[in-house]
Amino acid sequence: MATFNLIGKNFTPPDVRAKVTGTARYSEDFRAEGMLFAKLLTSPLPHARVVSVDDSEALALPGVAGILRASEVTPIPDPQDLILTDEPVFVGQPILAIAAESEALAAEALEKIKIEYAELPFTVDPLQSLFPGGPNARSNGNVVSQGQISDVKWTAQDFAAAGENQLPMGKPAVEWSYGDVDAAMAAARVVLDETFVTQGMAHHSMEPRTAMAYWQNGKCYLHASSQSGTFPIPTVARYIGITSDELVFITEYCGGGFGSKGGGYPIVAVPALLSKKLNNRPVMMRISRHEEYAIGSARAGFQGRIKIGFKPNGRIAAVDLYIVQENGPNTGGGDYTAAADAVALVYTPETMRFRGVPVNTNTPPRGPQRGPGQNQIAAAVEPLLDKAARQLSVDRVAIRRINAPDNATKYGPMQSSVTSAHLKDALDRGAADFNWRARLARSGQRNGAKVTGVGVGTAYHSAGGRGFDGLVVIKPDGKLNIHTGVGNLGTYSHTGTSRVAAETLKVAWENCVVVRGDSSRGLPWNLGQFGSNTSFTMTRTNYVAAMDAIAKLKEIAAKDFGGSPDDYDIGEEKVFAKADPAKSLTYARAAERAIELGGKFDGHDLPTDINPITKAAATGLAGTGLVGVAKDNITGAGTVPALAAGFIEIELDTETGKYEIVDYMGVADCGTVIHPLGLDTQIKGGAVMGFGLAALERHIFDPQNGLPGNVSLLQSKPCSYLDVPSHMQTAAVEIADAQNPIGAKGIGEPVQGCAAAALLCAISDALGGHYFNRTPVVADMIVNAAAGRPQSHTPLQVNTA
Amino acid sequence: MFDKNYPEPRFDKVLSAKASRRQFIKGVIASGAAVSGAGVLFGTLTGCSPRGAATGGVERMLMLNVNGTTRTVDVLPNETLAMTLRYKLNLTGTKLGCDRGECGACTVLIDDVATYSCSTLTHSVRSKAITTIEGLESADGTLHPVQQAMIDELGPQCGFCTPGQIMSAVALLKANPQPTRDEARHALSGNLCRCGAYDHYLNSVMRAAGQPVSQNLPA
Repeated sequence: MATFNLIGKNFTPPDVRAKVTGTARYSEDFRAEGMLFAKLLTSPLPHARVVSVDDSEALALPGVAGILRASEVTPIPDPQDLILTDEPVFVGQPILAIAAESEALAAEALEKIKIEYAELPFTVDPLQSLFPGGPNARSNGNVVSQGQISDVKWTAQDFAAAGENQLPMGKPAVEWSYGDVDAAMAAARVVLDETFVTQGMAHHSMEPRTAMAYWQNGKCYLHASSQSGTFPIPTVARYIGITSDELVFITEYCGGGFGSKGGGYPIVAVPALLSKKLNNRPVMMRISRHEEYAIGSARAGFQGRIKIGFKPNGRIAAVDLYIVQENGPNTGGGDYTAAADAVALVYTPETMRFRGVPVNTNTPPRGPQRGPGQNQIAAAVEPLLDKAARQLSVDRVAIRRINAPDNATKYGPMQSSVTSAHLKDALDRGAADFNWRARLARSGQRNGAKVTGVGVGTAYHSAGGRGFDGLVVIKPDGKLNIHTGVGNLGTYSHTGTSRVAAETLKVAWENCVVVRGDSSRGLPWNLGQFGSNTSFTMTRTNYVAAMDAIAKLKEIAAKDFGGSPDDYDIGEEKVFAKADPAKSLTYARAAERAIELGGKFDGHDLPTDINPITKAAATGLAGTGLVGVAKDNITGAGTVPALAAGFIEIELDTETGKYEIVDYMGVADCGTVIHPLGLDTQIKGGAVMGFGLAALERHIFDPQNGLPGNVSLLQSKPCSYLDVPSHMQTAAVEIADAQNPIGAKGIGEPVQGCAAAALLCAISDALGGHYFNRTPVVADMIVNAAAGRPQSHTPLQVNTA
Repeated sequence: MFDKNYPEPRFDKVLSAKASRRQFIKGVIASGAAVSGAGVLFGTLTGCSPRGAATGGVERMLMLNVNGTTRTVDVLPNETLAMTLRYKLNLTGTKLGCDRGECGACTVLIDDVATYSCSTLTHSVRSKAITTIEGLESADGTLHPVQQAMIDELGPQCGFCTPGQIMSAVALLKANPQPTRDEARHALSGNLCRCGAYDHYLNSVMRAAGQPVSQNLPA
């Protein structure tokens, strides 16, 4: 492995002091002269049409500035998430907004709105909607595939054929396969055929999606909570009805997103459009926790059925997977296809068939949540690997190892390649460091009502993109300004990836400035901070920008000292002649020369292949120093897999259904580690969220009235300090990925899925191999299982308490 | 400056409310001298609470001891301390994650006891010492040991719950300067963190208490 000065070393992120002193400003922390407050009127019904609105009394209230109706906002194509609507399709969907001198006044005005609704059919259960004559969540259909909506009903025979407790499998919306699945299944030693349910989950970002906006000189200034710095700009601009260069997008801090704030989302257009309507007066729209449950996105739930055929050694010969996705009312997410992709990659089955259908429900709009699809399926499938391992007398780590991908793997229907895959190494490392053998010996050990269970889990997410832009400026004072469009999700990768530019240009870290968080500062077009991609994607962009700067440094030196650029090298913040290091320019002097030379050297002439957003950013910086700017055209292909393995030991109380996690260890395959402490926090934080997915977090909807049943943190149960171990172990396999200049790839998502899977496997282990085929496995389910009592839910029931 | 889309603010009602408040204050504390012009601006600029009393509420001037300084502020009867701090004293380090006593992001110290400021009426803390995240740093810029430990141990991820976590930790260390890790875990358990940074927050508390931190970095 290459040796680095900065990569792989801990650093103090430049934004962390503000986070601990309270000076970090999130959207709700901004104030502007004359600021109004907006409140939303939201739907009390799961599906309805607004028949009439009388706003006369509301608008007559002194201090009420104005109203924004659905008819006034930018039209958005069906069935995407809307800004405002007169046909709400979920409880809590925003219908109109009022701005007033105070928030209390705006709330009082909302009370004076007279609104009449006509109720429309609704459903909170996909299978109910697929049943012949079943209700549709939308007036124009119930299945969205490839952005198009259609009305899909299965036949009564489809339902009858499955029986009560197995997933019926009617016509799918998506289908693929490779190999002869039926033949492989027939030849398998052990075949499992299991129906399962995974729950939807609210994102619970600690900062609700509050936004503040105003207009100045024709530009909209928007303070919004976003995972990403520049990626949402085109989308948000479209929502507001302006061009990207008319939007100043300010998002220096983001109080958590987990996928729900990855791209642009529509509600931020409300304060912007109200401000525009009200003579550019600033408008603050605080989103309450209650509202966040409706518009804050949610993970899609699955009703699934999987048939897996195992060879005697545990190798998976065949998988036949069907997923019905509870998709919320709109476009929703691709979790179900991502889940199939994950099964194909993590277990590399020799043959596989996938079928799936996403079905609309009148529940909160679904979107990506940390490991969307990959982590639900890990939670559903991994306990089944254990079931097979028991039947085949194969070790549970071994059954994962024998099916795990490696660098040569070709997976899925397209037989796609991977850039690197070291899950086997992660399993080996974890098994050794966690003392898997010794722990296994404790499995099933009883201490009064308490039983020890041990578990292992694995998970995956694709972890890298290509083709985005990098932008650096060497200033005449010798500072290296590294401009990044990476958001502030809390991973510190905005700075971790920026350090690649410093590493490449050999600049001391004290002489670097990370420029981010406000598009008016000139930020390049970067992929959003989602999909575990940042470490791979933006190390590449910062590398190519730094290489462009180096090329320009050498050219300037050649102009000044003669010879060709190849005669020069860089080091100690100078460019110098290889043959005569005395012939040198400091970076500070080279920056001055770049400004004198102009053209490409100081950003006046730009590459033609960069994104318009990067072009605008670089143009704004032109003439301020030596500008390094380039698109990532580094060659390469294939999926960049982030892989992780989790190991756990629990003590489960069979009388209360509660368990204590005795120990947990997460092992990452993320290539070169950029920031050890940051990786450590990601592995542990992901595990915390994984424990919630496995055994705590619920998404409850009343099938009779379509009303949400747990609109509260205490009822939804994201993990608290007392639900997780107070200390966890982490490790990384640290094998460089060949397609990244420093060998890095991402990790943020699978570290959740592997922990969820490990915990579920340990619970099953403590119960002697009882499989719930459902998440979350909550305490009453454990008590029922331990006592041999039937569960209170039916196997296919969704949104259960 | 004003057009039909932007009705001229109606100060008459606000002003008459002020006048009646003056009468109210005279009646109650026999002093009407402190009604400030700034109070009119605050009253029109700020929110109160999402579902709180609207135009009818009567502000009353209070002296609050915040971060060792006496602050004079007009406060509605139903106003929470979180709103007073954030919207009237511009102390926005205190965060609102839920505004209903579930998440702990708004935690401040009231006479050194960790308290949810979203669930505390400002009127109820008139005679108490209030400490917010902004009150921990020394005048010379030296951070409180808990703050410094949070940097050294990389406690925060997204940072939104961090001020609340720090205030709970500071309250703990005032009452129990040498807590065990498990005591710290319980003391901070009223502060949710969706990033799941609990392990590193506890490392920070232990470091601030001068106790060993079990470091385990991936390598």
